Amino acid sequence: MQAATVVLDHDDMRRTLVRIAHEIIEKNPDGAIALVGIHRRGALLAQRLHALTGELLDTPVPLGFVDISFYRDDLAIRPSAPIVHATQLDFPIDGRTIVIVDDVLYTGRTVRAAVDEVFDYGRPARVQLAALVDRGHRELPIRPDYVGKNLPTSQQERVNVHVKELDGRDEVTLGPAPQQRAA
Amino acid sequence: MTRLGPHLISIDDLDRAGIERVLDTAERFAEVSGREIKKVPALRGRTVVNLFYEASTRTSSSFELAAKRLSADVVSIRSAGSSVDKGESLKDTVQTLSAYDPAAIVIRSPHAGAAQLVAGWTPAAVINAGDGKHEHPTQALLDAFTLRRRLGRLDGARIWIVGDVLHSRVARSNILALRRMGASVTVCGPPTLIPRDIEALGCDAAVTLDRLHEADVVYVLRMQLERMRDSFVPSLREYAARYQITAGRLRPGQLLMHPGPVNRGIELSADAIDSDQALIGDQVKAGVAVRMAVLYELLVGSPVLAAVA
Repeated sequence: MQAATVVLDHDDMRRTLVRIAHEIIEKNPDGAIALVGIHRRGALLAQRLHALTGELLDTPVPLGFVDISFYRDDLAIRPSAPIVHATQLDFPIDGRTIVIVDDVLYTGRTVRAAVDEVFDYGRPARVQLAALVDRGHRELPIRPDYVGKNLPTSQQERVNVHVKELDGRDEVTLGPAPQQRAA
Repeated sequence: MTRLGPHLISIDDLDRAGIERVLDTAERFAEVSGREIKKVPALRGRTVVNLFYEASTRTSSSFELAAKRLSADVVSIRSAGSSVDKGESLKDTVQTLSAYDPAAIVIRSPHAGAAQLVAGWTPAAVINAGDGKHEHPTQALLDAFTLRRRLGRLDGARIWIVGDVLHSRVARSNILALRRMGASVTVCGPPTLIPRDIEALGCDAAVTLDRLHEADVVYVLRMQLERMRDSFVPSLREYAARYQITAGRLRPGQLLMHPGPVNRGIELSADAIDSDQALIGDQVKAGVAVRMAVLYELLVGSPVLAAVA
């Protein structure tokens, strides 16, 4: 059993988010964008991207959050109902470019659920995807527009994204999956 | 016991953490009702049967909307116009409907204990939408939701439940739920309409409105004329004179609630209903979100896996 290795440290994470913020603005010169974070760590990353893009643009872009619990495709096969957080999209979606923000892009199922949820609020002009880490193993035809780090992994590994607000530090590590750790 | 299920028959099926969890989930569903598309796919492909053996507007329509907004398929059956008219028994009806493999059966019945019986006849999750004089748990949950939204917390809140306590399933469920949430409850009404030993539920009893000013919330019950076979009060006029809640009898700052439907001019005066102290409209609005939360908590997740976990 190997210990978790650090993939991105505090400074790497900051630089990565700054780069993603620049890329988002470059790719959307009209500025009609909104950031939508997926609860919980994606929401915190969206908040940071919101601050960063706000510094680059004169006016901050709208910021929202989605909780995809009601849209999960595994609701019937989970042991119990997931605890839900607030979905908050209190700006008009119609005609805007929505940038969905999540921490780790893996199977793509979470993103599929988030896209479905956004469409229940209106008809965006375009939906883009920003992920801090893309670890591969997609099960749906979904690709990111902005990636912090491409991280080839095996399915037995686990990518842990730590953020200061929840975990006391900013760090991305790669370690063994939890069930292996227990064994 | 934090997790609700497998049925919701009584508020006793929930501890405080369980009630709080339902109310927290309901907050999220309240947001869904504000969307352009007021629907989430959580119960897609599952069936909810509403079985109503008693008149209902609010409860039946809000259960139906709640299930539809969760994308479930809904069958609503009222006793009038169904095979119940032809003499089919409750058991046969439930077993027939169970053949459609519903995820949940919502039952309203004039007989106490009906929901409990139904739970023994079907593999579906059973939700009590009012059984005779026994309980009406989702009403108590939506009342707790409405009050928690307004007051922030129920701890220490003094709640007076005024009127026909004897015939009221709403009173029974509310006493249990509100006390569990930390409120103190006093029931008040004519001695003939206060059940003996009601204090066993942990509430006080009063027979006059003299101390009504102590209440933070005045919860008025409907005079259940349809359940009264004897004369419990000399006359409705006399009842109104002594117990009707009017705007004048309310202290400023007191909140007013009523489960509906209101008998205007009997238990409540028109000026009280229309005053800005009344939360009656908020209660109705809370109905859909709270019932969505109950359906979601009961039906999402696999019962098999939950048993293992």
